Amino acid sequence: MRLEPRAAVPWTLSLAAPAGAVVVSLALCGFLVAWAGAPVLRAYAQMFQGAAGSLFALTETLARATPLIFTGLAAAIAFRARFWNIGAEGQLYLGAVAATVLGTGAIGGLSPWLMIPLLMIGGALAGALLLMGPTLLKLRLGVDEVVTTLLLNFIVILFVGLLLEGPLKDPMGLGWPQAEPIVAEGELPKLFGGMRLHLGFVIAVGLAVVLWFVDRRTTFGYAARAVGLNPQAAAYAGIGVRGVMFRVALISGGLAGLAGVSEVAGLKGNLTLDLSPGFGYSGIVVAMLAQLHPLGVVAAALFVAGIFVGADAMSRSAGVPTYIADVIVASSLLCMLVALLLTRYRLRR
Amino acid sequence: MNQPVGAQAEVVLRLRGITKRFGSLTANDAIDLDLHKGEVVALLGENGAGKSTLMSILFGHYVADEGTVEAFGQPLPPGDPAAALARGIGMVHQHFTLADNLTVLDNVMLGTESLWSWRSRRSAGRARLDRLAGAFGLAVRGDARVGDLSVGERQRVEILKALYRDARILILDEPTAVLTPQESASLRATLGRLVAEGLSIIFISHKLDEVLEIGDRVVVLRAGKVAGEVPVADADRPMLAGMMVGRAVEQPQRRQLSPGAVAVGLQGVTVLGEGGRRRLDAVDLDIRAGEIVGLAGVSGNGQSVLSDVLAGLITPDGGHYRLADEDVSRAGTRGLVARGVGRIPEDRQASGVIGDMTIPETLIAEDFRARPFSRFGVIDWRAARDFAARIVSDFDVRTERPDLNARLLSGGNMQKLLLGRALARRPRFVLANQPTRGLDVGAAAYVHQRLLAAREAGAAILLISEDLDEVLRLSDRVAVMFRGRLREADPALGPVTVERLGLMMAGQGFEHAA
Amino acid sequence: MAWLDMLVTASFWVAVLRIGTPLIFGTLGELICERAGVLNLGIEGIMVAGAFSGWLAVYLGAPLGAGILVAMAVGAALGLLHGILTVPLGLSQHVAGIGITLLATSLSYYFYRMVFPTVTEPPRIQPFQPLDLPGLFAQTPMTYLAFLLVALTAYVLYRTPLGLAVRMVGENPAAVEAQGIDVTRLRIGAVMVGSSLMALGGAFLTLSAFNAFYFNMINGRGWICIALVVFASWRPGKALLGAVLFAAFDAFQLRLQQLIGGAVPYQIFLMAPYVLSILALIVMSRRAGVPRALMIPYRKGER
Repeated sequence: MRLEPRAAVPWTLSLAAPAGAVVVSLALCGFLVAWAGAPVLRAYAQMFQGAAGSLFALTETLARATPLIFTGLAAAIAFRARFWNIGAEGQLYLGAVAATVLGTGAIGGLSPWLMIPLLMIGGALAGALLLMGPTLLKLRLGVDEVVTTLLLNFIVILFVGLLLEGPLKDPMGLGWPQAEPIVAEGELPKLFGGMRLHLGFVIAVGLAVVLWFVDRRTTFGYAARAVGLNPQAAAYAGIGVRGVMFRVALISGGLAGLAGVSEVAGLKGNLTLDLSPGFGYSGIVVAMLAQLHPLGVVAAALFVAGIFVGADAMSRSAGVPTYIADVIVASSLLCMLVALLLTRYRLRR
Repeated sequence: MNQPVGAQAEVVLRLRGITKRFGSLTANDAIDLDLHKGEVVALLGENGAGKSTLMSILFGHYVADEGTVEAFGQPLPPGDPAAALARGIGMVHQHFTLADNLTVLDNVMLGTESLWSWRSRRSAGRARLDRLAGAFGLAVRGDARVGDLSVGERQRVEILKALYRDARILILDEPTAVLTPQESASLRATLGRLVAEGLSIIFISHKLDEVLEIGDRVVVLRAGKVAGEVPVADADRPMLAGMMVGRAVEQPQRRQLSPGAVAVGLQGVTVLGEGGRRRLDAVDLDIRAGEIVGLAGVSGNGQSVLSDVLAGLITPDGGHYRLADEDVSRAGTRGLVARGVGRIPEDRQASGVIGDMTIPETLIAEDFRARPFSRFGVIDWRAARDFAARIVSDFDVRTERPDLNARLLSGGNMQKLLLGRALARRPRFVLANQPTRGLDVGAAAYVHQRLLAAREAGAAILLISEDLDEVLRLSDRVAVMFRGRLREADPALGPVTVERLGLMMAGQGFEHAA
Repeated sequence: MAWLDMLVTASFWVAVLRIGTPLIFGTLGELICERAGVLNLGIEGIMVAGAFSGWLAVYLGAPLGAGILVAMAVGAALGLLHGILTVPLGLSQHVAGIGITLLATSLSYYFYRMVFPTVTEPPRIQPFQPLDLPGLFAQTPMTYLAFLLVALTAYVLYRTPLGLAVRMVGENPAAVEAQGIDVTRLRIGAVMVGSSLMALGGAFLTLSAFNAFYFNMINGRGWICIALVVFASWRPGKALLGAVLFAAFDAFQLRLQQLIGGAVPYQIFLMAPYVLSILALIVMSRRAGVPRALMIPYRKGER
């Protein structure tokens, strides 16, 4: 058996790949669900109910998808240029720190029209700045960015812990390591009364559309794709590979930083150490399921968020540990990798 | 070694009905081939005729769709290099299969001992290697790091690898492509010794003269089929050429022109490498408008570095690179393209096309930032498609669809695409690095024709090539590089011939460097 | 100078070796994978799975030795998965590795919750006890095993035909195939062996250093091992040196924390290993030694 490249990838196949990967992954995880003693199909039905069965469930899923769109876009744009930013988790937290520093009373008297953009820009800058270190190390010294961005995640989370027990600690927090709440002008408005879904979702989807345009229609998007597909040929043609990577890294880090702002100012209200249950890492899965396509990221984020939200419901009613969601997401990633291969190659005997 | 081999000599290798398809392409079509003991069979064919595919099947890299291979009377299991090696078939690949960071002995001994043995018998291996090297005149140090060896030495290591395993059949894939004429002669002597020891040899080549000199028998492949088979004694050049190409390919002719003003000037261009080593050492060269300067040299003597300087990828550490009167040493890739330099890269797959981009995307790679391809940072894909359509028709690119991914084009069509990208802007300087490497005769002739047309349109052209025939046929003047230095073959000292270039490539005339 | 005295106490070096042992296993495992040309970012998750499976086996009644074997088998199985994805299928080694880490970690946690749905305090086992060999700091058998494995790996890599083949396949897989050795099997085999060593590193934590399985127990140790492989220029001896040096710094900062704790937030001390890893990468960035074919997939017959 050998793999033979396909002449062209039909668009139907591009859509079928993630769908197939998800189905295979759900089927494999069905064994785990069955092992927990739950009837598999009914458990999955409960999961779907929990994720999309009511308006409330749906808004919960959309709210959960919001940070995943940001981190998924962060991973997608970086991976497109073959820049392996695995540090979205750290960038997310640093973005949240920036929002907390700016948005808990240090600057007062601004209208939401100024305050919200200020928090957004501050958070994006913080995330981008964090990624500058690994980027410069890669471009100047050839240090692999995978390891440096991964290690920075741990450093940043410790740093956040330090801040929450020190300078940023909320004096009214009853001793818990948490920061003061974001001021009212900085809060992202809720989209529906009584639901947690907030403006961050709209911003995230808007950014996905913008990035899609950048990718398909602008010279920068073209250069970034060329660098990702064949850096040597791109350099030969006169595209400054380092410059492109640097800008891609800035954008990627900024997007991950925005995820932090959105969570702090939109959902949680204040910075805590459990702000992100691994949104940075799930963003990688989202990006891969989307085949690094910005609009696909939105769809993939909805799926991954649905799994997490739905798994909570399934866990409550069927007694399957919630970690099933993480297993489904991880195995979806691996199945997606294989599915991607099958879209580009065909198996021949 | 040109004495005929008796028909009664034992058949050591027998291929019957070998057929191999890649998608819609039939690379090998029912090929039969016999190799007798002590015989040298030259397998002649142009690039893409199916020679390498056939040998890869024989050696087990590929599995044939149909057909059988017998070695020494026993069928050879398909797709199993280990079995081929065990039967005494050794292969010297065109692209050496050596690990640069390991020693010669490491490379030779790999796979000759059981993987589960607790000890490697290094000293016995070293003794055996030295003995073989001595017996066949293939001197090479066992402890040398392969990366430090010259191309000729690496080829010796490849041959020693086969001999170390007691190969009785040796397959050499385009072995002289990378050698100087003198090194080729020494290789021929080695092959003579091997045949005298009773080895049988298949020698793959697309060079007619070489085949006539080395083989006992010539088997010609064309488009995947055996086009003919003759004893060398009965063969001559035109006959083989006819069999190989199967059609008359018109070779473009170089017209006499009187060259114009100096368009490209290099003065003392120097590039330093690690530890102050001079990768380019004070290179001087002028190229006039309407002139082709050919540049020969054994690979690794600085041609690639010079090409990178001229293409704007490297800024020289010293000296000047001028276009007309302007110093462009620091202009960079984009600056040079903007000033009318057309560049054809050495390796079209690696630095030419972006394989997973479409034809229009590939074609605008050099000037997508400028009009008409973009305005205010937004790309006009219609303009790109129109441009692509023009190049595809002007440069005769054969493609199923105008938006095919570039990696799916054949080598010749890929090269035409890059040729179109480089020449469409009517450049005043064309840098053509190995422009016909790996192309079939028709595509190569097309590239030659376009380069000559560019010359007549007044471009200055530097043609860097390992094919000395090509260099001599197209060039107005010829220069040679050796260890980072460049010398012109002075026509005042007599006609410039392949032999003379060969001597220069080996360093003659470079002794009294300034 | 209290902090200098500390360096010469036996208890300090006992701590160094205890901190260093999982890093030795992990670094050695990653080194074997990378020498064969495969980056294994699954290391973090494989260490989690090794820690969990070894401990679970012992908790369910297996002897400690069997726990080690179970951990190694689980590691090898995850290595097989990573190998299949990256070698014959030629998928991105970065993304496949991250996927393995996510999968191995989430599966371990899922199984843990399946077996212990309600417990809040992690169940304990009786771990390996230190052996007080004369002339050596008292360590558990696994630490001695780690040192033994460094010597064994170095010997196999540099003195046996198998080691030559592994080094060669990381440099130029085409050369290996041309000599009749199956590249796919060799690479997958190396990844499996390397992954089982990583799992051993995880198991050390639950079977030797501690006596229970905690979430977030590995806490980036796998990533640190990847940095250590670079620091070691892909050489087993230097890997040992790097791991011990690293552990010494870590043990030192732990002592320092006790000494001057309070004056400096403890998070600063906890950051030290990660900062140190990044520094190690920067220091070694200019040195050569990286296997030429690392991260480059090989497909038969493709050039």
